[in-house]
Amino acid sequence: MKSKSTAAPFGLWMLLFTVVPLAMVLWFAFTDENGAFTLANLFAVKDFIPTFWKSIWMGAVSTFLCLVLAYPLAYSISRTSARAQTVMVMLVMLPMWMNFLLRTYAWMSLLEDKGLINQLLTAIGLQPVHMINTDGAVILGMVYNFLPYMVIPLYSVMIKIDNRLIEAAQDLGCSGAHIFRRVVLPLSKPGIVSGITMTFVPAVSTFVITKLLGGGKDMLIGDVIELLFMGSSKNYNVGAMLSLLLMVLMVVCMTAMRFVDNQEDEMEGLMV
Amino acid sequence: MEDIIKLQDIAVSFDGEPVLEGLNLNIKDGEFVTLLGPSGCGKTTTLRIIGGFVTPDRGDVFFHGRRINDIPPHKRALNTVFQRYALFPHLNVYENVAFGMRVQKKKKAEIDETVHRMLSLVNLKGFEKRAVSTLSGGQQQRVAIARALANNPGVLLLDEPLSALDLKLRKDMQVELKNIQKSLGITFVYVTHDQEEALSMSDTVVVMDGGRIQQIGSPQDIYNEPQNAFVADFIGESNILDGVMHEDYLVEFFGRKFKCLDSGFAPMEPVDVVIRPEDIDIVAPEKGNLVGTVTEVTFKGVHFETIVDFKGFKWLIQTTDYYAPDSVIGIVLNPEDIHIMKKSEYSGMFGDYSSYSEEFEELADPNAGLSEETAEEDDR
Repeated sequence: MKSKSTAAPFGLWMLLFTVVPLAMVLWFAFTDENGAFTLANLFAVKDFIPTFWKSIWMGAVSTFLCLVLAYPLAYSISRTSARAQTVMVMLVMLPMWMNFLLRTYAWMSLLEDKGLINQLLTAIGLQPVHMINTDGAVILGMVYNFLPYMVIPLYSVMIKIDNRLIEAAQDLGCSGAHIFRRVVLPLSKPGIVSGITMTFVPAVSTFVITKLLGGGKDMLIGDVIELLFMGSSKNYNVGAMLSLLLMVLMVVCMTAMRFVDNQEDEMEGLMV
Repeated sequence: MEDIIKLQDIAVSFDGEPVLEGLNLNIKDGEFVTLLGPSGCGKTTTLRIIGGFVTPDRGDVFFHGRRINDIPPHKRALNTVFQRYALFPHLNVYENVAFGMRVQKKKKAEIDETVHRMLSLVNLKGFEKRAVSTLSGGQQQRVAIARALANNPGVLLLDEPLSALDLKLRKDMQVELKNIQKSLGITFVYVTHDQEEALSMSDTVVVMDGGRIQQIGSPQDIYNEPQNAFVADFIGESNILDGVMHEDYLVEFFGRKFKCLDSGFAPMEPVDVVIRPEDIDIVAPEKGNLVGTVTEVTFKGVHFETIVDFKGFKWLIQTTDYYAPDSVIGIVLNPEDIHIMKKSEYSGMFGDYSSYSEEFEELADPNAGLSEETAEEDDR
């Protein structure tokens, strides 16, 4: 009885916010506008396959860039004094407390053909560069917005790396690069895995950034779904099917990541 | 024998607080040297200077006669067994031991041979594939020793390697470490706050306090001929009294003159007199040089610790015979039982057992009861 009553809030939560919405998505995905069962939505998706690929590609590129930028940042934070760390982590998080739209609009005015950056370039006698409405601008927007999601999990794993392990590695003949490859990198792998997870998922399903920084000419899957629900075409059924497929894709990606992460641990476990 | 390590006039301070001051130390090749002292005495810092993890503010470090102040740790031909092991959690036992050789890109066959030789040296054959997290403290300690020795270092530095083990295991490991050192013939520099460990393992003991070396000598020298009240008190138990040296081989304390074996003091020079509790013979009151009253007796297994009051000054006497509290006893002091030391900054701080009890003993030991982390931080 006791366990049942303590589990009740969880059950209620799951029912309201997981089971029911998911059931509704499933319902829309497999019905037509009259509510009759159909698989037509699934076939309709094939028009969007290139968009899917593009989303995954853009998501992967920005996740990779986040990792490259966040890793040294997180490492340098984790090796400073405890007091400084609190301030540094807060400064990394601070931009996230500013409204997302505002931040992205700010980038718009920076990147525009007559924006701040180009004004600066012209002022010092250089040619202006066309930046806005390119894939590069979209990736920049994604990297900027999702970087903290990569920094935080990396940092939280790295602070657990005992400084004496680094000293032990030095003692055993490791120079800086060796310490990184043989000790820091393997020990921070769980942080890399969860950082990629936390960044890749929102990056693949991103929208608005494409519209604001990419000019909306190259839509990503998130934009397509938004359009299907909110736009004039209003096709809940195909939209729901796309969302469902996106979710399946995420689950597959995450499981693959988990598998890669666990494989070595398990192999060690088997050898015991 | 050649000096393998030489520390010359070393000084270090952390955040403006001096940790080592004017430290000079020569370590001979093949020696088992122990740096002994209470927490915060600078012994770990001295070891870290040799290892290259701390750069001295002043002074020079020599290795085989070559100045190595500016050589980083990974280029020094010495290895460290860290306090609480610092094994790599992502590697198994085999890979931990092989770590140094993998960095040096040694041949696979050589690595394999060395790892197996090292693991059998520390009695861990068959543990190759185990994850280090599944090992007990004693086993992890052995892996740490094997890992350091696998690099074939000229000097092995050991930073309180046994402090996290229980008493029985610690004793066994002391013997094993000493045997390993003898059979390999390499220099060990060993840091500990445990005086018994230091005495039983070392060729040379370096007693440190307050960032300075108090005495360097063989275990027997340190125990029998302490140079000041600190050393006398830190190494074993000591009754330390104020005395006056009348002439060579004649000292006065408690208003009586005693023959002793010490000479070379100025006439009527005030001195510290050390009498070890196990050197005192208890006799009938009328036969004694001094007469006192027993105030407290504690059974210790091998002996009784008997506290005896002599005119308000309490002595500790270790006896195999039981004398009940309140009984009046006499003691006989032979010349060889009395050791004379020059007065020092430590005079008057130690050697009175007036407040003696088990509890005080524990309070006085800065490491007892503290969590390992705190003790380590104190120690730097």
